[in-house]
Amino acid sequence: MPYAVETRDLTRIFAGKKKRRIRRKRATGEGEDHLGPVTALDEVSIQIRDGELFGMLGPNGAGKTTLIKILATLLLPTSGQAFVAGHDVAKDPFPIRQRINMVSGGETSGYGLLTARENVWMFSQFYGVPSKVSKGRIDELMHTFGLWDKRDAKVRMLSTGQRQKMNMIRGFVTDPDILFLDEPTLGLDVNAARVIRDYITNWVRSQKGKTVLLTTHYMAEADQMCDRIAIIDNGKILACDTPENLKRMIRTETTFRLEVDTIRDIASFSSMEGVKNFSHTDDISKNRTHLTFILEDEGPVAEILSAITSQGKKVHSLQKSEPTLEDVFISMVGRGFE
Amino acid sequence: MKAGTVRRTDFRYRLGLNLRAVVGRSYPRIVGANREPSWIFFEALLPLLGIAAYVFIYQFFGNQAIAVITQSTATAPWGMCGKHACADAGEQAQYLAAVNANTNALVASVVLGGTMVAFWLNVLWSMASQLYWEKEIGNLQLYMMAPMNRMALLGGMAVGGMVMTSMRAVSTLVAGVLVFGVIFQVASPLLLLAVFFATLVALYGLGMMFASLYLLWGREAWNLSALMEEPIFFSSGFYFPLGGLLRIPGWGPAIAIAGSFIPASIGLDALRQLTLGSTAFGGTLWIFDVTTELEILVVMAVLFLILARYCLAYLETLAKREGKLTSRHQ
Repeated sequence: MPYAVETRDLTRIFAGKKKRRIRRKRATGEGEDHLGPVTALDEVSIQIRDGELFGMLGPNGAGKTTLIKILATLLLPTSGQAFVAGHDVAKDPFPIRQRINMVSGGETSGYGLLTARENVWMFSQFYGVPSKVSKGRIDELMHTFGLWDKRDAKVRMLSTGQRQKMNMIRGFVTDPDILFLDEPTLGLDVNAARVIRDYITNWVRSQKGKTVLLTTHYMAEADQMCDRIAIIDNGKILACDTPENLKRMIRTETTFRLEVDTIRDIASFSSMEGVKNFSHTDDISKNRTHLTFILEDEGPVAEILSAITSQGKKVHSLQKSEPTLEDVFISMVGRGFE
Repeated sequence: MKAGTVRRTDFRYRLGLNLRAVVGRSYPRIVGANREPSWIFFEALLPLLGIAAYVFIYQFFGNQAIAVITQSTATAPWGMCGKHACADAGEQAQYLAAVNANTNALVASVVLGGTMVAFWLNVLWSMASQLYWEKEIGNLQLYMMAPMNRMALLGGMAVGGMVMTSMRAVSTLVAGVLVFGVIFQVASPLLLLAVFFATLVALYGLGMMFASLYLLWGREAWNLSALMEEPIFFSSGFYFPLGGLLRIPGWGPAIAIAGSFIPASIGLDALRQLTLGSTAFGGTLWIFDVTTELEILVVMAVLFLILARYCLAYLETLAKREGKLTSRHQ
């Protein structure tokens, strides 16, 4: 039985800027680093089972969107193969397109002059959904997503959250077998994000044969929703397992979180014995630095505290915690998502 | 996948899918655009000003010709009939009638041309550049991901554009007739409809072909649209019978032939013959007879639609390879 989604050594390289422009920029010494070919996906092999809610977790630019666009038949792979519902995305896109849909966070699709209801109906027509069926589904989904009051409002009058709910309805109205969700809760408030997460989870769990590939860089979202998660960075899959198993991978290690005065000299931490990896983020408004250490044991804690206080910085909090998916990521690549 | 999720792929299903897609994509153009009542001012009344400039020039020339015919002198008591003095009141009346008929035919040509301008502008700015726009607002990738045929997408845009612009063109036509008192004489309404329909299909077929090409050229396509606006008004004879340009020695025929590749040129020529009579302007300013022009329009329509189909298929593959369908987000 084929997987809902399967990729084999999938690679996508973007050509980058034209040679003439590169030559000109090189001559002026501008932005040379970003001008050559970019490997967005590097021999990615994943299998997503039918009925699975599969998460793709990674920072911005990791290759998540590129993968979704190849699977949605919008982009051709440079090499390797991708199959959706058993069909090759490059050779046989029609049966794939009948079964999929995609929703991206921050989407601005549709026409501002149409109402929310009309917009969703229009997109449903591209999938051949009979008008009566489509309108029934739209009304039901509008109620579910709390958009019923705005059904006849023009799209240009909708808020970001309302618009994203409309986009989600567009994704579900065609009753796809496989739904690609690319950062669907990006920029949404807590309530709107919760409504969307609950619906997605319920949609997969309550019906047979419904599969979701969700990309996100929200750890909690992936942890809470997904059956399995692939961690991706720089176009490579670093790990792929259930959230529990991923966290178990670093359970032998110890995670410490510190909040200290803004600290500049952090290079010395990486050379300390027993420090497997660490990440830091600065909170400029509060003049604080948040440090997360993945340690082999608790031994180096005293040395870390000493290094901080010797710089005249105050330690505001120190917490030993259970590993999260972000800790898994830090453990693997040596930096956080921010 | 489960057996229950197997989807249909038969001809009947595909036909229904693509017809629904055409209706769906034409909907925003037909309904959405008319939600802004300001279009009546911008799209129906403002074009009248452009038409008025040509009408007043033609009416001025007509009045001058009438003045020459009606001015009585000692040597020409019944005025001048061409280069000779009118022999009597009968000949004078005959010449006056001819001048009035020519002036009406010229003014009617301008009103018809002004009406077709609406279609050409719609093809140029709303049809040809539409896929580029769709990419900018994020719709294109959703269209390309859907199972409908790409020609259904373009077809929907074209049908919507035709219906929307027809409403505007009719408004301009009615306003032109009422304001300038133009008289049309339609002898063959069915043939007129056939020519009008063939012209629109050929014109929008050209727009569909351009839409694919613009997708590849991106922003540079705007310059091409701007380039094709005013020069096409001239070379396609939107405000005068194109046959007149054809008869100017030297550069005239070259420009008229180049302009004839735009279906509106041949279409307008045929529409003018059918609404003014083929004897208008002494029957000397037409390019071909109506039947030949209808045949040319049908050939153009089929050719442009086929070219649009292949251009879009080729450019979609190219865009997928280069990442241009989705480059907005990458």
